[in-house]
Amino acid sequence: MLKISELHKSYKIGDSSLHVLKGIDLSVEAGEMVAIMGSSGSGKSTLLNIIGMLDEADEGEYILDGLPIKNLTEKKAAVYRNKFLGFIFQSFNLINYKNALENVALPLYYQGLKRKERLEKAAFHLEKVGLSAWAHHLPKELSGGQKQRVAIARALAANPKLLLADEPTGALDTKTSHEIMAFIQHLNDEGKTILMVTHEEDIANMCKRIVRLRDGIILEDTIVNQVRAEQYV
Amino acid sequence: MFDIDLWREIFQSINKNRTRSLMSGFTVAFAILLFAILFGIANGLKNTFKEAFGTDANNSIMIFPGRTTKAYKGLQVGRQIQFKNEDRALIKEKYGDKVQFITSKVNKSVSASYRGEKNNYELRGVYPEFMFIENNVVKSGRYINQNDLDNKAKVVVIGKSVEDDLFFKEDPIGKYINLSGIQYKIVGVFTDDEGDSEESVIYMPITTTQFVYGNNDFIDLLHLTYNPEMSNDQALAFGNSIKKVLKDKFDVARDDQRAIRMRNMAEGTKKVELMTSSLTVIILVIGFGTLIAGIVGISNIMIFVVKERTKEIGIRKALGATPRSIVSIILIESIIITTIAGYIGLLIGVGVLELVGPSLEVYFIKDPGVSNSLVVGATLTLIVAGAIAGYLPAKKASEIKPIIALRND
Repeated sequence: MLKISELHKSYKIGDSSLHVLKGIDLSVEAGEMVAIMGSSGSGKSTLLNIIGMLDEADEGEYILDGLPIKNLTEKKAAVYRNKFLGFIFQSFNLINYKNALENVALPLYYQGLKRKERLEKAAFHLEKVGLSAWAHHLPKELSGGQKQRVAIARALAANPKLLLADEPTGALDTKTSHEIMAFIQHLNDEGKTILMVTHEEDIANMCKRIVRLRDGIILEDTIVNQVRAEQYV
Repeated sequence: MFDIDLWREIFQSINKNRTRSLMSGFTVAFAILLFAILFGIANGLKNTFKEAFGTDANNSIMIFPGRTTKAYKGLQVGRQIQFKNEDRALIKEKYGDKVQFITSKVNKSVSASYRGEKNNYELRGVYPEFMFIENNVVKSGRYINQNDLDNKAKVVVIGKSVEDDLFFKEDPIGKYINLSGIQYKIVGVFTDDEGDSEESVIYMPITTTQFVYGNNDFIDLLHLTYNPEMSNDQALAFGNSIKKVLKDKFDVARDDQRAIRMRNMAEGTKKVELMTSSLTVIILVIGFGTLIAGIVGISNIMIFVVKERTKEIGIRKALGATPRSIVSIILIESIIITTIAGYIGLLIGVGVLELVGPSLEVYFIKDPGVSNSLVVGATLTLIVAGAIAGYLPAKKASEIKPIIALRND
């Protein structure tokens, strides 16, 4: 599904440059659920952004589903993002003037689907996250957990191969976090490949594999016994 | 290509972000409104100014005889100069094409009466050409013609004020008016846009006047218009040349200022032209000033709008929006807003001018107005400026990495 080798990334801060990723090797198979852990500044978010084509690596190889991701034009990157990837952000990143249904339908708009088809698909995914009743509410009328579920529905709408989550529970309370995690686990059970950045140990343990980063290199890469989130809900 | 979804996106964005849309719209509408009103008022001033100088042929020269103030060639001081018919013929012959129209005039004051209505008027004995020199318009009947002149016909053309004074609900054409005891047939009524004083006048063929009042060939003054193709300086030189010829003919000293006096409109015209052109410059400065203020305003707002939407742009990019779709969504939105707002500003501006225009005449502003093409041009300029001002930041925003745009809170 995903193969990364010798990945380097540094950021310019003023005159000096900060070497964030110092040679990352990682491969993820289809159907895996991987947590990327590390303290802040370990490079975990940067890694996720590069995998998500939101950011570009300086050096190294990145192959996604057999396609080398390198020197993409903005247009091509946009198409790949739309086709392969679904994003879930810590701060939800819903468009505030669009209602839940329209937010979910947005990636389908960029896929060029007809309006009717878009709204049907979006409604289907919204139902999957249990928010049919909230379809016509604006994000500001939803709770944090509901917003994140809308975001998940949006990430799923385009039927991506890989779901990327950046601290998906970072802005949620424990109970809501567990609900969301249960949901993500369920998606994984259905076969979605999931890559998640978190710094919470218990959230990481709900994945099947934990990759620990420190100072830009992989410290540890272990398969774990998945803790099911349902039991806390 | 008409992409209904794109338009739906745009209208949703306009509609859901009302403050932002209204703000940019307001800037544009206000700029166009100000542009129209200021330009209109300036134009009104210009109109007043033009009107103040009337529509008398402004290429006219009047020559009056006077008394000599200097002894010359053995002739004594204080001699009265008297123009005669031959003097008109002399100028006409000598200057040919340079003279457009020329008339000699005899002015008398008469008391006119018709069926008991009575009043005093100025009587002018003139040539038919005088109509063009004064810019008279025949309201009914006809003007004096060559035939009247040849036959010394007892006919007159009266001004509109004379008609109003003496004739109640009666057509004066064909009626006989009594001027100081003699009956004259009225053949026409004229109007003059200089107003009442120029319409309280009665015109008569000059030959008739000369015959009735003294049976001589004396004339009181010469009034001519020079070829309008002459430049101002040429016209001034032309006037001086006529003066010199007449001075020589009447044996007047060259430096005698009173014996033959001249009013050459070319002197005034030069000043009028200068004033008009400086007014035009002021108008242009006002227009451009307002327009530039509008451009700066809309540019600022577009930059702000793009900044405000940076995060949205990041989200859209993460979901698969291409840079092009982002630029077009922002640009089309700004063009729609500026177009609608510009049109509204145009309507209000023109409407205000129409509404308050007439009441501004007291303040020397007559018929304030702007040509439609000018306001439309100004609106288009703002639309283009808004598009450019929106394009640059939109382009830049579409090129930011989504991760940076997303971080922008």
